[in-house]
Amino acid sequence: MMNILINGNVKVFDTSEMTVASLVVALELTGKRLAIEKNGEIVPRSQFADVLLQDGDKLEIVGAVGGG
Amino acid sequence: MTEQLIIAGKSYHSRLLVGTGKYKDFTETRAAIDASGAQIVTVAIRRTNIGQTAGEPSLLEYLPPEEFTYLPNTAGCYSADDAVRTLRLARELLDGHKLVKLEVLGDPNTLYPNVIETIAAAKILVKDGFDVMVYTSDDPIIAKQLEDIGCCAVMPLASLIGSGMGILNPWNLQIIIENAKIPVLVDAGVGSAADAAIAMELGCAGVLMNTAIAAARDPVMMAGAMKKAIEAGRESYLAGRMPKKLYSASPSSPTAGLIS
Repeated sequence: MMNILINGNVKVFDTSEMTVASLVVALELTGKRLAIEKNGEIVPRSQFADVLLQDGDKLEIVGAVGGG
Repeated sequence: MTEQLIIAGKSYHSRLLVGTGKYKDFTETRAAIDASGAQIVTVAIRRTNIGQTAGEPSLLEYLPPEEFTYLPNTAGCYSADDAVRTLRLARELLDGHKLVKLEVLGDPNTLYPNVIETIAAAKILVKDGFDVMVYTSDDPIIAKQLEDIGCCAVMPLASLIGSGMGILNPWNLQIIIENAKIPVLVDAGVGSAADAAIAMELGCAGVLMNTAIAAARDPVMMAGAMKKAIEAGRESYLAGRMPKKLYSASPSSPTAGLIS
């Protein structure tokens, strides 16, 4: 079991090992343009498949929206 | 017109920059932006909705980044740290895109800029390689400091964000424009096409607006009006207006040949 804080909400995953890439798939965000920050550090898209998540990680997942 | 707006080494034929917020839907957003002729559009960076976004359209589908120059902003940030963090995420989101709009707010009621935090953020961002277009108050000293830090454009407010109050201090804007060696754009407060024209006649390099278009009764028509006002104001500025006189002893029609 892994608890990850995503955009301010705790999500529980029934796995012991998960990369950022597999998280993106699990959240049904595949193909969406987004940027991810893990514990305050940006995870470059090119490293999604390599970066492992740990229990208690804090993620921000953002996209572009309308604004002035 | 061959005369171009140059920001951070890139040329633009449109001097109108527009926001993408507050529209009814993305179709209206796109129609208004097309009518405005804008090439640079601002976007905000926000948390992605988790678990409810499947199939939901995104702004980027309606405004492809290949067609427009995106200007990610830091709207809603109240500290230099949050603004820098937001723009680093924006750079990652937009594949290394460097042109950004920095704004650090000081108060949620007025959305007045916090220039102390703005200066702190600008220093970090410029050092980090960003091309920073910076929203600020109409204080000429702060505007000059932001230029000296290395911002690529300085964007004083005409009046408060979303207020539509127009240009409240043309004299300060004039001082900022006279002192600046980088483009000065009015950002925030423009309410009507007349306001946009006045900004351009003062010598602004451009105007950035959102609410004036999005909150008009007919946003698409207003977008077209703004495009014309920006062009008219620019040409009026370049053409050089006649001097103001209280009265003129020089009538436009010949004084000779009058019947008697």
